Amino acid sequence: MNTYFGKSVFGGIAIGRIRVYKKSEQQVKRVKISDPDAEMMRFQLAKTVAMKQLQELYEKALREVGEANAAIFEVHQMMLDDSDYNDSIENIVRSQEVNVEYAVATTGDNFAQMFAAMDDDYMRERAADVKDISERLLRTLSGRGGESADTREPAIIVADDLAPSETVQLDKDLVLSFVTVHGSLNSHTAILARTMAIPALVGTLLSLEDELDGKLGIVDGGNGVFYVNPDEETLAAMQKLQQEEQEKKELLQTLRGKENVTLDGQKLMLYANIGNIKDLAAVLKNDAGGIGLFRSEFIYLEKDHYPTEEEQFQIYKQVAQVMAGKRVIIRTLDIGADKQCDYFELEHEENPALGYRAIRICLTRPEVFRTQLRALFRASVFGKIAIMYPMITSIREIKRIQEVAVSVKEELTEQGIAFGEPEQGIMIETPAAALISEELAKEVDFFSIGTNDLTQYTLAIDRQNTKLDEFYDPHHPAILRMISMVVENAHKAGIWAGICGELGADTSLTREFLAMGVDELSVSPGSILPIRKLVLETNVEEYKAGK
Amino acid sequence: MKKFKYVITDPEGIHARPAGMLVKAAKGFTCDIKIAKDGKAMSGKAIFGVMGLAVKKGEEVTLTFDGADEEAACEAIRKFMQENL
Repeated sequence: MNTYFGKSVFGGIAIGRIRVYKKSEQQVKRVKISDPDAEMMRFQLAKTVAMKQLQELYEKALREVGEANAAIFEVHQMMLDDSDYNDSIENIVRSQEVNVEYAVATTGDNFAQMFAAMDDDYMRERAADVKDISERLLRTLSGRGGESADTREPAIIVADDLAPSETVQLDKDLVLSFVTVHGSLNSHTAILARTMAIPALVGTLLSLEDELDGKLGIVDGGNGVFYVNPDEETLAAMQKLQQEEQEKKELLQTLRGKENVTLDGQKLMLYANIGNIKDLAAVLKNDAGGIGLFRSEFIYLEKDHYPTEEEQFQIYKQVAQVMAGKRVIIRTLDIGADKQCDYFELEHEENPALGYRAIRICLTRPEVFRTQLRALFRASVFGKIAIMYPMITSIREIKRIQEVAVSVKEELTEQGIAFGEPEQGIMIETPAAALISEELAKEVDFFSIGTNDLTQYTLAIDRQNTKLDEFYDPHHPAILRMISMVVENAHKAGIWAGICGELGADTSLTREFLAMGVDELSVSPGSILPIRKLVLETNVEEYKAGK
Repeated sequence: MKKFKYVITDPEGIHARPAGMLVKAAKGFTCDIKIAKDGKAMSGKAIFGVMGLAVKKGEEVTLTFDGADEEAACEAIRKFMQENL
C-alpha cells in the first residue's frame, strides 16, 4: 500500500480504479540504426494506423457533435499526411541514421515551434495540434494503442492538473474523484469537484511516474489522503466510512422540501451554482430554490465558434423551463483571465486577472454581447430568468449596459419577436464595486457577491498560484466587512443581496451571513442540504447576542 | 501557368479548418499549386505550409497553378476561395 497526501477540496470517500490522465509527453531516446528502410517501414505502418484512428475519431465526432467540431480530426489527418512533415521525418532517419521515434519527436518539436513563434494567438495554439499528431504517432510506434485508456468504468482521475477545456470533455458519470499534483484549492478542477460533490484532492505529493494506472485507489477527501493498492484493513475501514457517509447523505435527503427558515423566522434563499445544462439534475435532486449562478461561458468554451443566438436561446429556454418558474440567474459571458477561448483571439496578457475580461469584452465587442442579450431576453418568456453582469467597477459601465439592453429590446420589438422583462443585477466582485455599492444599488435589481474574485482582488493574491495558499485567508476581516457593507447598502435601496462565490458554501460562516442579513446563498448543488440543516437549527438573534 | 489574386474576407482568416478544406480541394488536381503572401510562396497541397502563412482577414494571397490541369484547378480553387474565404 502506498499513501499520499494532498489538500482536501471536497470530502467523502471514493473507492475505485485509478485512471492516470497524462498529457502524454514522452521521453524519446535517440538510437542509431543500421537499416533506414526498415525504420521507414515502421513509420509507414504507424502512420496508417494513426490515420485510421483519426478517421474513426472523425466519424464518431461527426455523429455526436457535428461537422464543425469533427473537422479538427480531418485537419489532423492532413497534417499527418503533410509532405513537409513527412519529408522532414524521412530526412532525419536517413541522414542521421536514427530511430523514427526520434525523427518524429524532433520534427514535431520543430513544426510546433514554427507555430509557437507566429504573430497570431490562434496560430500559436496550433502548436498543440502538431504535438498531438506527433504524440499519436509515437504512441502507435511504442505499441501503446490509440486513445488514452478510457476504461468506460467509473474511475479516480489522477492528473498533473486539468485545464477547463479538459474537464469539459470528461464524461462526468465516469469520474469518482479527482486527485491532482498541481492546482490550487480554487483551480477549475477544485470548483468542478465541488459542483459534482465528489471527493477530490489537489496539490497531492505524488509522481505520475509511479505507475498508478489501473490500480485500486481510495480517496479520503475529508482527510486529504490517497491510498494506492490499499491493504485489506484500510479497504474495510474506508468501505465502512463510505457506508456511513452514504447514510448521512440519505439523512440530509429528508430535509428536501423544507423551507430555509431559522428558528426565529429569518428566511434565506438557497440557490445552486451550475456551469452546464447537465448539472440541472443535481440542482433538482438537492432541492435548490433556484439557480443563483449559471456560468454561461461554458456554452462558449465548449464550442469552436461564437455560439449563435439560437443555440444560446435553446439552452436558456431549457433551463428556464426545467426550473419551472423558479429564479434562474444567468451570468453573461465571463471569459478572459484563466478561461480562454481560441476563437475570441484574445491577446496574451501579462496580468490577465486584471485585464481584458468579462463585461470589458462585452462592452467592447457589442456584437457578442447583443447576441447573448437577445437570447436571454427571448428566453425570459419561458420562465423567471434574471441577468447578472460580472466584473463591474463603475456606474458608467452599468449605464452602458442599460443602453445596450434598451436597444436590444427595441430591436426585438421592431422585429416582432417576443421577449420577457428579466431582473437585471450585477456581481460585486471588485473592491471598487463593494465600496460604491450604495450608488450601484440604485441602478440594479439585485447584487450577488462573487467572493472568489473579491478575495483575490482585495488580498492581492492570485488564486491560481498554489504557493500562496498559506497567505490566502478566505475569512479575512476585510472580506467579511465588505460583504456586510454590500448587504446593508442593498437593503437601503430595497434590493436583495446574495453570495455566489465559494465562501457561500462555507458552513462555518452560514450563521455569520444570516446575522449580516444576507438574503441568498448560491452554492454547488451538493452543499444545499447541509446548509439548510444549519439554517433550520440556527437562532439568529441568539447568535448575535452571543457574539 | 494560371494565377489569380484574392483578398480574404472571412473574419477568421485562413484558419485550420478552411486551410484543410483548401488543401483537400488542391489535392484533387495534379498540377503544382502554390499559395503566396507577401512574396512567400507555399505549396497549396500541404496544410502546414498554408497555415504557416497565417493569412488574416483583409490580406491578399496569390494562387498559381502550373501543370496539365491548371485551367480546371484555377477555376475550382477560385470558386472555393469565393465561397469559403
